[in-house]
Amino acid sequence: MAATAPATTAAAADAAPPQQYRKHSRLNRPNPLWGLLAWAVGLLFASPVLWMVLTSLHSEVDAATNPPSLLAPLTLDGYRSFFGNSNAWPALINSATASVVSTLLVLALSIPAAYALSIRPVKKWSDVLFFLLSTRFLPIVAAVLPLYLFAVATGALDQIGLLIALYTAMNLPIAIWMMRSFLAEVPVEMLEAAQLDGAGLIRTLRSVVAPVAMPGIAATALICFIFSWQELLLARSLTGVVAGTAPVFLTSFVTSQGLFLAQVSAAATVVSLPVLVAGFAAQDKLVQGLSLGAVK
Amino acid sequence: MSVSETTPRQRTVLADPAPQEQRAASRKSGWVRRAPLLPALVFIIIMTQLPFAATIVISFMRWNALRPDDRGFAGFGNYAQVFTDANLRSSVVTTVVLTVVVVGVSLVLGLLVALLLDRTFLGRGIVRTMMIAPFLVVPVAAALLWKHALLNPSYGLVNGVLTWVWGLFGSQSPPQVAWLTQFPLVSIELALVWQWTPFMMLILLAGLQSRPADAFEAAKMDGASAFQVFRYITLPHLRRYIDLGATLGAIFIVQNFDAVFTMTSGALGTANLPYTIYQTFFVRQDYGLAAAQGVIVVIGTIVVATFALRSASSLLKEDS
Repeated sequence: MAATAPATTAAAADAAPPQQYRKHSRLNRPNPLWGLLAWAVGLLFASPVLWMVLTSLHSEVDAATNPPSLLAPLTLDGYRSFFGNSNAWPALINSATASVVSTLLVLALSIPAAYALSIRPVKKWSDVLFFLLSTRFLPIVAAVLPLYLFAVATGALDQIGLLIALYTAMNLPIAIWMMRSFLAEVPVEMLEAAQLDGAGLIRTLRSVVAPVAMPGIAATALICFIFSWQELLLARSLTGVVAGTAPVFLTSFVTSQGLFLAQVSAAATVVSLPVLVAGFAAQDKLVQGLSLGAVK
Repeated sequence: MSVSETTPRQRTVLADPAPQEQRAASRKSGWVRRAPLLPALVFIIIMTQLPFAATIVISFMRWNALRPDDRGFAGFGNYAQVFTDANLRSSVVTTVVLTVVVVGVSLVLGLLVALLLDRTFLGRGIVRTMMIAPFLVVPVAAALLWKHALLNPSYGLVNGVLTWVWGLFGSQSPPQVAWLTQFPLVSIELALVWQWTPFMMLILLAGLQSRPADAFEAAKMDGASAFQVFRYITLPHLRRYIDLGATLGAIFIVQNFDAVFTMTSGALGTANLPYTIYQTFFVRQDYGLAAAQGVIVVIGTIVVATFALRSASSLLKEDS
């Protein structure tokens, strides 16, 4: 019984009536001033992003005025000069390859691992979980040197395959944590029924676990995609002209080059767009994912 | 031994097996349980533990790529250099200041925004989405945005707004601040606070929404003020969520490389440890010293991570 306890209590918690929570928010008499303040704060936080998008649609001359010219005519010149750069598309494709392939590998490795840590847990499953987490807490910068020397020695330097392997390892501990918390929501009765019906591991995963855990699996995949797409230190240290990713491409804008603000804003917008889309898609499960399943 | 392998019904069906067979069966089923875990575990150990082991070995070597003939065993030489190097000491201070300020300010702001978003108002979902946006901008892109579009002294939005506001009052000489050269560390902190406040907000909002309602009703009936409710009920309830947000945030911000690299390139006292190690490795090409610095950072992180693991485990225990 001890082994199945986590899943049981998770299921029991789900069955508890949800009404007892959140009642307090209905007790608050809605004061429109607080809503206005919330809107103001939200706009303040979003304004740099909105400004980035607006500037990317201005001409270089209009982008660099003081005070700012909000109503200047819109143009796609910034995007034209970004995509006109011969390094832009390869960088985006490298980022997409590294992020998508590593995310698929993470899913392939983390779903069975999370299964062995939640649904049919191995002994000392929580020790395994904390070991996994501790590997993610170690600073990547301390591993860059040996990885670089290894890459030079084996000819893996500036190869996208190396980044894929590293991003898989980087995201795997977090993905297992997230996945464990999502799989723990699978009702244990359903698993027992499948077991009695003689379903094997693959069949149990596909027909019983996957339908319940699917939103969580999708959110985990999106969060892994985000982390890989955003990564700079490994990409900057281990890739160059061939396998450079989009963040590495962005570092070419670190030093000012005359009138280039619209182009920088366009580049920053294009590179951020996939992550913004993925993040908004995962919004409902974002907290649970980012807190490694500790917060629901 | 794990009893749950067989349900009571199965156990009545199975004839009582001899003890020896039983032990063999449970050993076999142990490996069946472990099998799905092994590929991930082996992969992680190879990809993360081997490089760190190599870092420890290199940290005891005299190895500078610019002087390839002079390679050998250095004992604790690199570590002695780490602790006597004034630049490195200042980068330790920078790392601590950066982490404490960013985590502290993001937590306070995140709590305030979470309290606002815990109320019901028109368009709450839209405001929540707007709040998350800063966290989702690619860190390098965010750093470029702050460096060039917001904090640039001649055409940045911040100075532009100052010009505009001063212009409203007929002033021709608005204050124009060279943010990145006058306040380099504050500029980086500003950009990071902007990115991490949404993260703290999300965790604390989830905490607020899991408050049990009965304690509030009781407190209100006893005539507690809104501040008293916050101080004596909400804050203690949020304690574990604050711990979790602070420790997770600290782990990521201690490791920050993108903002420092992009906004100041480590100039003007903004070089933190990750940036300094990167410099030692790629510019000075002193592999031994870079490895020793890396080991020191790992030890520092383990200290921080111990707290993180403790707060994660307290939530995990409640979870299961």
